Amino acid sequence: MRPTRTKSLQSHSLAGWLMSGPALALVTLFLIVPFLLAFWFSFTNQRLISPNPTQFVGTSNFEQLLGVGALVLEPERTEDGSLIVSETGELSYPRVREFTRNNPDYPQLEGMREWFGWSWGESKVLVLARDLVFMKALTNTLFFVAVVAPLQSGIALLLALMINQKLRGINVFRTVYFMPVVVSIVVVSLLWRFIYDGRSGLLNNLLQFLSFGQFQPIDWLGNPDTAMFAIIVMSIWQAVGFHMVIWLAGLQNIPLTLYEAADIEGATAWQKFRFVTWPGLRNTAVLILVVITMQAFALFAQIDVMTNGGPLDSTQTLVFQAVTRGYEQQNIAGGSAISVLLFLIVLAISLFQRYVTRER
Amino acid sequence: MAAVTSPNQNLKTSLKYLLLILVALVFVFPIVFMVVSSFKPDAQLLRDTSSFNAFLPVGDVSLDNYFAAFERAPVGLFVFNSILVTAITVIGSLFLCSMAAFAFAFLEFRGKSIVLSIIIATLIVPFETIAVPMLMVVNALPWLGSDGITWGWLNTYHVQIVPFLADALTIFLFVQFFRDLPKELIEAARLDGASWFQVYSLVIVPISGPVFATAAILKFLAMYNQYLWPLMVTQSEQYRPVMVGLQYFFQLNTAWGEVMAYLSMITLPVLAFYLFLQRAFITSIASTGIKG
Repeated sequence: MRPTRTKSLQSHSLAGWLMSGPALALVTLFLIVPFLLAFWFSFTNQRLISPNPTQFVGTSNFEQLLGVGALVLEPERTEDGSLIVSETGELSYPRVREFTRNNPDYPQLEGMREWFGWSWGESKVLVLARDLVFMKALTNTLFFVAVVAPLQSGIALLLALMINQKLRGINVFRTVYFMPVVVSIVVVSLLWRFIYDGRSGLLNNLLQFLSFGQFQPIDWLGNPDTAMFAIIVMSIWQAVGFHMVIWLAGLQNIPLTLYEAADIEGATAWQKFRFVTWPGLRNTAVLILVVITMQAFALFAQIDVMTNGGPLDSTQTLVFQAVTRGYEQQNIAGGSAISVLLFLIVLAISLFQRYVTRER
Repeated sequence: MAAVTSPNQNLKTSLKYLLLILVALVFVFPIVFMVVSSFKPDAQLLRDTSSFNAFLPVGDVSLDNYFAAFERAPVGLFVFNSILVTAITVIGSLFLCSMAAFAFAFLEFRGKSIVLSIIIATLIVPFETIAVPMLMVVNALPWLGSDGITWGWLNTYHVQIVPFLADALTIFLFVQFFRDLPKELIEAARLDGASWFQVYSLVIVPISGPVFATAAILKFLAMYNQYLWPLMVTQSEQYRPVMVGLQYFFQLNTAWGEVMAYLSMITLPVLAFYLFLQRAFITSIASTGIKG
């Protein structure tokens, strides 16, 4: 018999499994099984309803999503080698579809569409993607995360510093700033559709009022240049109170004696923040960044209610595409492949975060 | 040290309040606009957006939009469904998750640490990404009801409840709280001959009020505000919750006054609940962050 290191009254396998069993069974059935199914489906051609049996298709779903190619277009020349210049002075290039449709010389570009490109001397370099909507969803999601994570954490910290002052009635402000957090994001999204409306929207009217009528109304959600920013601003408005409260808890955990010591040393407000507050908030900062990043990657309801991914795919996101394909288009395999890619991105980020913040 | 109020300091305090109030307006105005608009006829509602009247209950103010909303959709049924589903899920998950967390925090059993790590790892999986496979799972499950065994869970209450009775976040919150409780309490109770379930229900639960409040509030918000899942699983009106009910208000010509009335009806109870218990809400959220 091996010596038991733990106290004998704490090693009760049966009781342990019985008490955790119901919750574990539910987590397995409704979290882990669907998760594994998503993995499995992403390697098949599964559809919600299909006359044909499901087949294993290897990594072709992923190749379809991630397929990119480059194409260098030379300007067209006449037979004697001089450039063809249009009346407006622009060079003329062969059409992309000559390379991507049934061109035996470029089999790897078959079916791809132009994603973006730039000029290189006289030539044009084009990057093509097999699944343009997915690529937009991917870049939009990364953009959303890259903007929202720092911006929302920063604003939340500013708000926390504001309501951490010793002022009469400060709790009223804390209560108000937190209020949108308890309102459903679906309700908030609908409400802000009204605020962003191109004609009678509150935001346009406010900006016109502030600029004495100089401001030209913008259809915030109908314009590809502003739609994503509009969603970013609204998302921050709704959620920032949550992270403000977490910052506040972190602020109030910093021992007051440190501030008193800083006062004795004659530190300025900024020095107190830089050398007392900020170092004391390190763990809180990591937690908040991680939480916001995870939430930002899951961007869905706002898109579903406000824009449906439009205009011109400018607000497509990974989760919105995963749901649209898997549920609305009944293409479970395609939706699952997007989900799996999202898991991998989120996993990579959380491993990276653990590495950066490891105990040294 | 007695505060000496100089004019300079008064000015500084006033500026601080001014800033606090301006920020507060940013958070309050959209909600005020929603409530105020719900009392106005559509034409006036749209006209008022061009002036400060958008935030004032002026003009032709009435409850007409509310009556119209009740006529358009079975609002009472939706609210009842939401409350039923939310209440059962919150109560059930508090029980199941706290009991599981008790086992994870206090009992040693083979496989415990790996199981706990798997549960915590699932925290990073966004629900929407597994919603479709989950739909297939619930569609294939049996249910023993009043009319015997039926297959497939769609269009029921339990399809909205059972999948959410246990979740990683709630288990995690309880485990964190329990780990900081003194072990001596449990050992003393065990020596007195209490079973593990008695230790859990008679010793641990009574001293864990704060974490139960935290878990209940977070679960309540998550459940009441659920959107995608009920949209997928309730094709029949009978089981629909409030968020799905929103669809009734978006026909060709959106009646904005009715929309605002409906939004107010489904939001104000939660806001009232929050304002009533705001200290508990805020300390709850704060407590999730302290340990990190």
